[in-house]
Amino acid sequence: MFGTISPTLLVAALMVAATPILLAALGELVVEKAGVLNLGVEGMMIIGAICGFAVAVETGSPVAGFAGGALGGAALSLVFGVLTQFLLSNQVATGLALTLFGLGLSSLLGQGYVGIKPPATGRLDFGPLSDLPFAGRVVFGHDWVVYLSLALTVGIWWFLRRSRAGLTLRAVGESHDAAHALGLRVRATRLAAIAFGGACAGLGGAYLSLVRVPQWTEGMTSGVGWIALAIVVFASWRPGGVLLGAYLFGGVTVLQLNLQAAGVAIPVEYLSMSPYLITIAVLVVISARGTRRSLGAPADLGKQFHATR
Amino acid sequence: MIRLEKRKEPSTLWSYATPFLAVALTVLAGGLMFAALGTDPVAAIRTIFYDPLFDPQYAAYSRPQLLVKAAPLILIATGLALGFRAGVWNIGAEGQYIIGALTGAGVGLALYPAETRLIFPLMVVAGALGGWAWAMIPAILKTRFNTNEILVSLLLVYVAENLLASMAVGRLRNPEGGGFPGSRNLSQWDAAANPELVAGTGLHWGVIAAIAAVIYAYILLNRHLMGFNIRLTGQAPRAARFAGVSPNRIVVFCLGLSGALAGLAGLFEVTGPAGQISIDFNVGYGFTAIIVAFLGRLHPLGIVLAGLLMALTYIGGELASFMLNIPAAAIQAFQGMLLFFLLAVDMLTNFRIRLGREAPA
Repeated sequence: MFGTISPTLLVAALMVAATPILLAALGELVVEKAGVLNLGVEGMMIIGAICGFAVAVETGSPVAGFAGGALGGAALSLVFGVLTQFLLSNQVATGLALTLFGLGLSSLLGQGYVGIKPPATGRLDFGPLSDLPFAGRVVFGHDWVVYLSLALTVGIWWFLRRSRAGLTLRAVGESHDAAHALGLRVRATRLAAIAFGGACAGLGGAYLSLVRVPQWTEGMTSGVGWIALAIVVFASWRPGGVLLGAYLFGGVTVLQLNLQAAGVAIPVEYLSMSPYLITIAVLVVISARGTRRSLGAPADLGKQFHATR
Repeated sequence: MIRLEKRKEPSTLWSYATPFLAVALTVLAGGLMFAALGTDPVAAIRTIFYDPLFDPQYAAYSRPQLLVKAAPLILIATGLALGFRAGVWNIGAEGQYIIGALTGAGVGLALYPAETRLIFPLMVVAGALGGWAWAMIPAILKTRFNTNEILVSLLLVYVAENLLASMAVGRLRNPEGGGFPGSRNLSQWDAAANPELVAGTGLHWGVIAAIAAVIYAYILLNRHLMGFNIRLTGQAPRAARFAGVSPNRIVVFCLGLSGALAGLAGLFEVTGPAGQISIDFNVGYGFTAIIVAFLGRLHPLGIVLAGLLMALTYIGGELASFMLNIPAAAIQAFQGMLLFFLLAVDMLTNFRIRLGREAPA
């Protein structure tokens, strides 16, 4: 049964499947570290998917497409930012609104793009290195976005742990009142984090429509954004954990797709629901270990900030 | 310089006025969106909000549809609103709606082709239980393992959708359907049908259930200790705990009730307007109901009005896509926009807008 599945291709496909989740989850990690809970990841991803797809098709350049996707996601996230930071709306409700609106707007924008093939995003050329067995395909056989997502993981780890701006961001997330009293700019920091999270989600969405699928179909994110949110919890708000979580779920997705293709006796529908069920199972295992706080959630996550003086 | 000043008490006037303000702003912004799509905005708004009710040609068909579409929205939103008031975020009503339809239809189809009117009530009970059980998954995970109910209830929607697809082509497929996916038609089988009770009104058992749910929720919230505890838990969780309110009981009650109501909505839909289990049976009522709950300000009577309005946008949207070639997706964006504006102007309820610097104390 497993004989037809090549481990090399499996690992390579796993990395491709994990990249959209990784990008979106890294963005959300930064947002949540700043104390903001944005449940609109799914909406920003799908807007990124259609914006990226449309720009790539119109310009013929996948790089421009990814930029477009990131911009689209960031623009939508700023709606959330203005609503929650300036108009002090409920973050949970606004995040849901972002997802509902994003899904509607994306199918509206995508009217003319159904059934088109996007320009291909090629693998980076590493010369002879790409001919190595196993490592050639797994380590040196990807497009630039996969490497970008890995670099971003390290970059965010460095930013949060080692940089002054990262310290400010964490302070804002842990206690906005204390940060405000110290003269740190709470709202500006949070807005920047939200926009960064939106750009990452948009980039992840664009990767779905430009590389992973590659096509535009309505509602194509099918819950990836929500899985990304779950992965941030799974990771206990650490970039390394996000990487692990995303690759784990990439693995589950690819494995179930391969089992579908191999014609296992389990019906397709039950295989397709497995990533969601496993996400739930992992969430349960993680949350059973302790409260959000003891798992490493920022203390002021999801709380409203209103400076009285 | 513009500042926001927190009100000591939320403004009653604004809490009633904001939904209307939000609708007005959405109509304006929606008009701009339609203009951007190259449609005459006035004609588009008129087709969505006026023609379904008053146009001599379409009103006869559209008016009954209002109740048909509003009933599931109101039924689901009433349950969701109770939870939202207590800070219990069930956003997986779409999944509970699907499971309710599946269990209800499953019980009915198991008894096919018996001809007794007892089958329908049995299906109603099964539908409510199905939705309840599906909502109990996030509830139990929340109370036992402290797992986030938002993520679990939402992820279960995708599981339910896959289950629906598997049932439509497998267990529940019509054996006389020539191999096509989809179950037997329940609305054409008298023992299980949920027919139009008064011809030409769209009134079916789901509408009656929705009215009953609204009355029940109103009494619960205003005259019952459980309702008080729900409101207390939402507004002051710590105070509620000191008062001896068990947060776990609130979670189980709110999720269970909203799940059961969503399951009922699914059952009434599958036996009536939809008629059968099919792969694309669910059309997003569970998600739109979230907007309905907020637009109705989480108040049972407000939800009735909001449900009717949202049903109107569905019907008007269909009419507009048919008459003016507005893509059906535009309506979904329109509904999402409504929730944005609602959340934005809600600020007026809790804050005062002040111009200039703060006066020295």
